Amino acid sequence: MQDFGAAFAEAFRLIVSGDAALMEIVLLSLRVTFTAVFFACLIGLPLGAALAVGRFPGRGAITVFVNALMGLPPVVVGLVVYMMLSAAGPLGVLQLLYTPTAMVIAQTILVTPIVAALTRQVVADLNAEYDEYLRSLYLPRGRMMATLLWDARHSLLTAALAGLGRAFAEVGAVMIVGGNINHVTRVMTTAIALETSRGELALALGLGIILVVMSVTINAALMSVRHTAERHVHA
Amino acid sequence: MRDLPVDGDVSGNAAGPRRRDGETLPVVLDQVGYAARDAALIGDLSLTLEGADVTVLMGPNGAGKSLTLRLIAGLLKPTSGTIRWAGRETPLRHSVGLVFQRPVMLRRTVRANLDHALAAYGVPRGARAERIAHLLSLAQLEDRGERPARVLSAGEQQRLSMVRALAADPDLLLLDEPTASLDPQSTAIIEGLVHRAADAGVKTVLVTHQRGQARRMAGEVAFIHRGRLTEVTPARRFFDRPQSDAARAYMAGELLV
Ligand SMILES: Nc1ncnc2c1ncn2[C@@H]1O[C@H](COP(=O)(O)OP(=O)(O)OP(=O)(O)O)[C@@H](O)[C@H]1O
Ligand SMILES: [Mg+2]
Repeated sequence: MQDFGAAFAEAFRLIVSGDAALMEIVLLSLRVTFTAVFFACLIGLPLGAALAVGRFPGRGAITVFVNALMGLPPVVVGLVVYMMLSAAGPLGVLQLLYTPTAMVIAQTILVTPIVAALTRQVVADLNAEYDEYLRSLYLPRGRMMATLLWDARHSLLTAALAGLGRAFAEVGAVMIVGGNINHVTRVMTTAIALETSRGELALALGLGIILVVMSVTINAALMSVRHTAERHVHA
Repeated sequence: MRDLPVDGDVSGNAAGPRRRDGETLPVVLDQVGYAARDAALIGDLSLTLEGADVTVLMGPNGAGKSLTLRLIAGLLKPTSGTIRWAGRETPLRHSVGLVFQRPVMLRRTVRANLDHALAAYGVPRGARAERIAHLLSLAQLEDRGERPARVLSAGEQQRLSMVRALAADPDLLLLDEPTASLDPQSTAIIEGLVHRAADAGVKTVLVTHQRGQARRMAGEVAFIHRGRLTEVTPARRFFDRPQSDAARAYMAGELLV
């Protein structure tokens, strides 16, 4: 008990003093996760919109596939990306294994299905209302998708935030492809796992507190955005 | 197309005509049928729309009025029979203006709703602001431009949806109960816009349950009952005495089943 108390005190000291090691880890986490969510939105928003209103062969199959991918265990994604990027793998020449880029790739794969599946749902619902009007305007399909994406912007922000939440909390994939190398690929979740196993509770706790605060913030943002979106829907 | 001063031009399109007369009208429906999941919703419907007067489409709830408008707009394909727009198999782009029974308001401001529609109609960016101002004044919504369209009252939404349809400078205007639940003033604004459109040569099909409005607006009345037209009669004669039993019963206020 004595030890835990001391660990908490030390954890707060690390946070308040802006400890360099701690900040490095937090900043890398932010960089990796935001980059991954950015790319996931770049792919997932148009993909989801296309699945919602597009007419092309395989649409149903892709929709099922994307929905299934939402539940992918992060360690499996990590394993697959590891095999692709390892020296013997097809992308081995790029020498990306154990770099932040590898972590971004793994997290993008994890988050894209979430963004795409939520986008598809949101855009399909909105299109049920807009379809005849947009068809009466003779909008080309791309402009139609752009109209729907823009008008669903509040709900889509929740899709991005949901992706952000998953990427921040995830440990399995970044551990495998990043390797948790100090000063290079050590992020909050992997650092917590390592420091805890080493008995270095102060840093683990400090990071844990920051992680919890960030998750709570993301969820609060999610709820407030959802609230705004609902007001817009029912207005 | 229609040689009018800007003031009388309902579309606010001073730039001039894009289509010539006769490119959309007459619309000829020939034994049109529409079925969904084996239910025959529209049957054997033949009707010719031409001229620039108002055809009022009446009939009880569920008779098929809204479906008929969707067919005329080309949004639905008949499952039997044919529809021809000036001989063509589809209407020309933007030649049919449609005001839905439940107005579709984009989740944007009133101004942005109009801007979006004008962009779709091919109006260049630089010309839109002036057009929008004109349309807002036609709808008497000058002070509502910056509001989210979805917070407008029902009557204001219908007025917006009306000028948004007119902005395409259509040859044919299809109005699905545009004044249901509107106050006398909003109703007068909408009816005024229909008259203006008629003066500019636009053919209108108006669905309404309001008998007073039907009397004020109709050049002819088409009555539909259970998916079938029971009559298409010049207005004066219809209001004197409907030709079909169904229409007579409806006008007398009897329940139709
Ligand atoms: N897509 C559809 N699938 C199945 N049935 C439909 C479909 N669209 C309309 N209907 C049915 O067709 C009938 C006619 O509908 P429609 O909306 O045209 O009626 P309406 O004459 O406009 O009635 P109201 O005066 O209530 O607006 C209704 O019984 C409706 O339930
Ligand atoms: Mg209807």
